[in-house]
Amino acid sequence: MKILVCITNVPDTTAKISFTDNNTKFNKAGVQYIIGPYDDYALARAVELKEAQGGTITVLHVGEADSDPQIRKALAIGADDAIRVNTEPADSYYVATQIAHIAQQNSYDLILMGRESIDFNSGVVHGLVGEMLGIPSFSPVMKLDIKDGKAEFAREIDGGKEYLEATLPLVLGCQEPIAEWKIPNMRGIMTARTKPLQVVEPVSVDDMTSLESYSLPAPKGECKMIPVEEAEKLITLLRTEAKVL
Amino acid sequence: MAVVENQSSIKGGEFLIKETEASQIFIPEEFTEEQKMIAETCRDFLRTEVHPRLDKIDAAKSPELMSSLMDKAGELGLLGTAVPEEYGGFGMNFNTSMLVAESLGTGHSFSVAQSAHTGIGTLPIVYYGSEEQKAKYLPKLATGEWKAAYCLTEPDSGSDANSGKSKAVLTDDGKHYILNGQKMWITNGGFADLFIVFAKIDDGNGQLDKNLSAFIVENDFGGITMNEPEKKLGIKGSDTRQVFFNDCKVPAENLLSSRGNGFKIAVNILNIGRIKLGVAVIGGAKGSLEHAIQYANERKQFGISIGRFGAIKHKLGEMATRIYASETACYRAGQNIDDAIEDLKAGGMTDADAKLKGVEQFAIECAITKVHGSEVLDYVVDESLQVYGGMGYSADAPLERAYRDSRINRIFEGTNEINRMLVVDMLLKRAMKGELDLMGPATAVSKEIMSIPDFGAEEEDVLFAKEKKVLQNLKKAALMIAGAAVQKFMMKLSHEQEILMNVADMIIEIYAAESTLLRVEKLIGIKGEEAVALPKDMAMIYLHGAVDKCISAGRSAISSFAEGDELRVMLMGLKRFTKIEPMNLKDARRRVADAMLAENKYIF
Repeated sequence: MKILVCITNVPDTTAKISFTDNNTKFNKAGVQYIIGPYDDYALARAVELKEAQGGTITVLHVGEADSDPQIRKALAIGADDAIRVNTEPADSYYVATQIAHIAQQNSYDLILMGRESIDFNSGVVHGLVGEMLGIPSFSPVMKLDIKDGKAEFAREIDGGKEYLEATLPLVLGCQEPIAEWKIPNMRGIMTARTKPLQVVEPVSVDDMTSLESYSLPAPKGECKMIPVEEAEKLITLLRTEAKVL
Repeated sequence: MAVVENQSSIKGGEFLIKETEASQIFIPEEFTEEQKMIAETCRDFLRTEVHPRLDKIDAAKSPELMSSLMDKAGELGLLGTAVPEEYGGFGMNFNTSMLVAESLGTGHSFSVAQSAHTGIGTLPIVYYGSEEQKAKYLPKLATGEWKAAYCLTEPDSGSDANSGKSKAVLTDDGKHYILNGQKMWITNGGFADLFIVFAKIDDGNGQLDKNLSAFIVENDFGGITMNEPEKKLGIKGSDTRQVFFNDCKVPAENLLSSRGNGFKIAVNILNIGRIKLGVAVIGGAKGSLEHAIQYANERKQFGISIGRFGAIKHKLGEMATRIYASETACYRAGQNIDDAIEDLKAGGMTDADAKLKGVEQFAIECAITKVHGSEVLDYVVDESLQVYGGMGYSADAPLERAYRDSRINRIFEGTNEINRMLVVDMLLKRAMKGELDLMGPATAVSKEIMSIPDFGAEEEDVLFAKEKKVLQNLKKAALMIAGAAVQKFMMKLSHEQEILMNVADMIIEIYAAESTLLRVEKLIGIKGEEAVALPKDMAMIYLHGAVDKCISAGRSAISSFAEGDELRVMLMGLKRFTKIEPMNLKDARRRVADAMLAENKYIF
């Protein structure tokens, strides 16, 4: 089985977010980057499937060279090789086009990625890739098994889960508890440097979006506790202090 | 075997008489992507497996939990970093294993178990084992299939390790040693499969050898019993026991190295243990400081976060500075060791011998980093707890455990007092052997204090010219006092422990301050001065603190032995050699603290 795992390179969840260039660029200074947490689940499940059933895992990332440490980490966790499309990703459509282009050349049985990135959180790349390749896509997938060339999986839906079965190839957007995050071991880390990381140039894509500017949410206001016995005061306060009524 | 000495390489202890260039030191910013990933694996392991179980680990009545954590660490390869690849380990260089130690530094009792296993438990076999011993034991130790403990200390033999009473008698057929003795404070005792045991060989006539020998003792050899785990102030989850050997039958081939070589093994393994401890505590200190930073942001009093108060900023800035200095000293020495090992190997030495010799060459720095690091940690846990105020005293907050667990570090791997005396003792011994020219510079200094001070010469207009002059002068002050004390007491100097401590304090501060300044100088070369403004603040804060400590230690030493004119001349010399231009250190600490508060973490 040939598995493609697409990973994003995103700011650590505790990173302090700020912008430069008149709020048009994300300020990368001092920011720690990580593999997208949802992508990390996808990768972990891919490694488990490979360990149980054999096969190969290729990691794909659309981004610039500063993502290489995260790609190497994915290799250390258990991927066999990696491809980086050398470009600054513009939007979901752009990324999906790059992924689809790579996938068309290599015919993977399974294309896994996170349900969404945790920087822009669009959550549409898996759907776009499926559409571009003309194969089914599902998200968010929280359980996945492969039996006799078929995928058996569970997807989160409003108020519960649905259990599905589909034939390969498939595109799946993953989330916990599909697998537990894996910590790369020493052996993995030491072999990661010998695994191939192929850098390819992007295919051209028409600009579908353009960025005007970023802004941060308003800072959280002070929290005021009102005892239950004084609940009626709340109305007054909403009128006089918060001025929302 | 002919060993070609690489003349260009730096020698241990030489920092005191020779100026080191910034380009000659390794700085943590130079760790590779791969090394950083290794560090991240260590931290991730602690975060997922150890930190959620700290209470359980400390409350455990039996060693199963710790043993299972060691198994998990073994699966990740965290127990085999220093074991050569041909024996199932990863054969990483010295500074990488230092980084592993630091990255596991917030593991509390687990860190102690891990470092005892990988350090004093495993390394004696790595460095002194025969081919057969290495092939038999190292693969099991590298994966954690077997866990190791180290049995040196006895009820009446602690710092005076060579006075142990445990004995080993060779059987008539020459096939076994019968081992008898009592060992104390044995880390991992309750679950160890293998013990490195030190005992003196007795030919059967009741006459014990003068020196210790070392043995590899499997738990299955029989005749090994132990007490319940010790009740301790801290590291409660570390399984520490008294171990008794009662006619334990050890195959003769399990003698490690040669008869009577045990004390040397113990000393050399402790050298490694010391610098590893020195860097592991820095990992712990960074963890404590991060708690303090986060709490200072969260906790509000008088309507604002307490991090906005100067008293708190002072603590945060000072803690970060000392951590930064200690970290720098550790990796500087670590790289010196790596370089020495490479030089020795290039000269034809075997891997194991080169590693031993390389560490031995920097035994002075190993002792320095142990003392400095463990005292920085004690300072940091104390001040971090203080930032927490009343909450710091609660066992529900993280600093209570950190405070208790920190204390052991000034005691084990050689007490800080023993290590301080070693620093001076080793320097003087090397001087006597002609390996280190201390006398030349010391004589020059004694002449200089009798001459007119040089007021005129302006410092060159290069980076840190003034600060380097301050360091040069501090070295002169230390040499002046050490030289005068040697002249005064000659061979009896070892009885003047108070003076030795004072001199050691000066040397330790000089090493830490110089390392910090060189790191910042190197960083400025790479990133430019603007990007390194905060580390530069820290280098200055540290240097000023070091000067103050040298004045205090110097005065104390001088007035302990000098009188009359000599006293006056030496005090004037001290004054001359401890001059530093004042700067606003309050603002510098505030800048460092503010930057950390803004990021809500330790950022250097």
